[in-house]
Amino acid sequence: MGLTLTWLSLLILIPLAGLFVKTADLSLSQFFDTVTSSRTLHALRISFGLAFAAALVNLVAGLIIVWALVRYRFPGRRLFDAIVDIPFALPTAVAGIALTTLFAQNGWLGAPLASLGIKVAFTPLGIFLAMVFIGIPFVVRTVQPVLIDLDVEIEEAAVCLGASRWQTITRVIIPSLTPAILTGFALAFARAVGEYGSVIFIAGNLPNVSEIAPLLIVIRLSEFRYADATAIAVVMLVVSFLIILLLNRLQRWAQTRALAVS
Amino acid sequence: MTIEVRNIVKQYGAFKALDNVDLRVADGELLALLGPSGSGKTSLLRIIAGLDWPDAGEVSFDGENALARGAGERHVGFVFQHYALFRHMSVFENVAFGLRVQPRAVRKSEAQIRARVKELLDLVQLDWLANRYPSQLSGGQRQRIALARALAIEPRILLLDEPFGALDAKVRKELRQWLRTLHEEIHVTSIFVTHDQEEALEVANRVVVMDKGKIEQIGTPGDVYDNPATAFVHSFIGESIVLPVDVRDGQVKLGHRPLNIDAGSAVGPSKLFVRRHDMQIGPVGEGAFEGTVRRVRTFGPIQRADIALSDDDTLVEIDAPRDRPLTTGDAISLQPRRYRIFAGQE
Repeated sequence: MGLTLTWLSLLILIPLAGLFVKTADLSLSQFFDTVTSSRTLHALRISFGLAFAAALVNLVAGLIIVWALVRYRFPGRRLFDAIVDIPFALPTAVAGIALTTLFAQNGWLGAPLASLGIKVAFTPLGIFLAMVFIGIPFVVRTVQPVLIDLDVEIEEAAVCLGASRWQTITRVIIPSLTPAILTGFALAFARAVGEYGSVIFIAGNLPNVSEIAPLLIVIRLSEFRYADATAIAVVMLVVSFLIILLLNRLQRWAQTRALAVS
Repeated sequence: MTIEVRNIVKQYGAFKALDNVDLRVADGELLALLGPSGSGKTSLLRIIAGLDWPDAGEVSFDGENALARGAGERHVGFVFQHYALFRHMSVFENVAFGLRVQPRAVRKSEAQIRARVKELLDLVQLDWLANRYPSQLSGGQRQRIALARALAIEPRILLLDEPFGALDAKVRKELRQWLRTLHEEIHVTSIFVTHDQEEALEVANRVVVMDKGKIEQIGTPGDVYDNPATAFVHSFIGESIVLPVDVRDGQVKLGHRPLNIDAGSAVGPSKLFVRRHDMQIGPVGEGAFEGTVRRVRTFGPIQRADIALSDDDTLVEIDAPRDRPLTTGDAISLQPRRYRIFAGQE
């Protein structure tokens, strides 16, 4: 117990406290000016909004991938299973450069899309895409073991009771997976909010358009405006904390209804 | 509802799970499918339920082809060995599930559903658990809820797959009794699968003994115990003494010694089966076998003795009443009161 707390303090709490201490260099009005400047607000909106959207997409796509990996036997299944982990392992800068090359206006995918009038690289859409890319393994890896443990008998029971396939999925399978789905969503979201490396390459980083909050922090740091940087960080921290707290609550609520039948 | 199964074949790769199985189940019957694991009993049950499909053969309910319908349209209640309760739903919602997923046109009103669930929970005597979740129940309670859930849709047939298999011995005994009583109350045609002979003999009206994808015998519990149709049934149900014998010209020989017993219809290398309690102990020279008592234990009203037969030193275990106490070293004779000889030594 003591050891856990010490570890936690050393690794997480003390650095975070430092953040608040440094922010305290600013007066209250300076703090508000910094965090409510339109550039900061835009950056925050881009980071949180797109991260949320990306996590939602990952939720749906992740569930489909998990379903295929767990329930079907097809050639190359193990390979696909391994590929899911690539966004975990790949250096984020590599991922960012690869995505940028692919989606740039002369890239393999960017060129056909550009001819349709869709511009991906150097727009918020590109940021969104990078966030989807790095977030997908979180949903897959949290839901996968739970789905494996979910007995096929549960579905058979539902079928015998007259449930249609759709009713079986929406009333039995998805609710059984809810705690894991929420965890996966929270992790994918948190990762996307904090993502820096892969995003900055594809984002274009235009202030007020495609500039993410972590980048703004780095910019402030390079301008030696440390307190401004920490002020933005504090806002991100508090908002992230509140969202994760909320998701945790939701998850606990789902979990008390779904303690493992053992 | 009568069930008729004709020439069912089911194969998993090279393994024949069911090999030309025929079975008729009468209306209101409580039938046990009994056999060792791999005998095909669960496969047969799942085919009747519509959870699996046979490679060949027919299944009909009341003369109507059941294979034309999916599991959801057969109105069959299925109870799984490991309960398969919906863990995210309360006990109440688990039981209500079958009623809530009905098409809107025939679905009962909320009040009717509540009344029906209450009635079912009363039937399984667990109405006080309505708001709990499956994880908060004991194994026996979970299985009773699973049964209530299966009964909610007013099934025409109730199928139970090793329903007490995951429970401990004491709860098992209680639930067996309870299932019997319940069946007398609701009288729906029921089939349950078990590998436990005691369970089959105690609960069922009729027992179907299966082995290697085939039905070995169908009969009342008394029948399959007293008149086993095959060597398999004799050795699977009840405790038997099994001795390899040779039948030539109507004479039964154990090793080289002729036994003074009737051969019946068996010819050639055969097996002699005697129930442990069907061996009569007598003085030397007055029975078919002679032997020496090696060890004696007493269990309540009986004494169980290991007897080494003098012919080839084979040890046989017999149960005898305690009115003639045996002691280690006694030389005795054994005469089978009832026995069966089945041809073949497989």
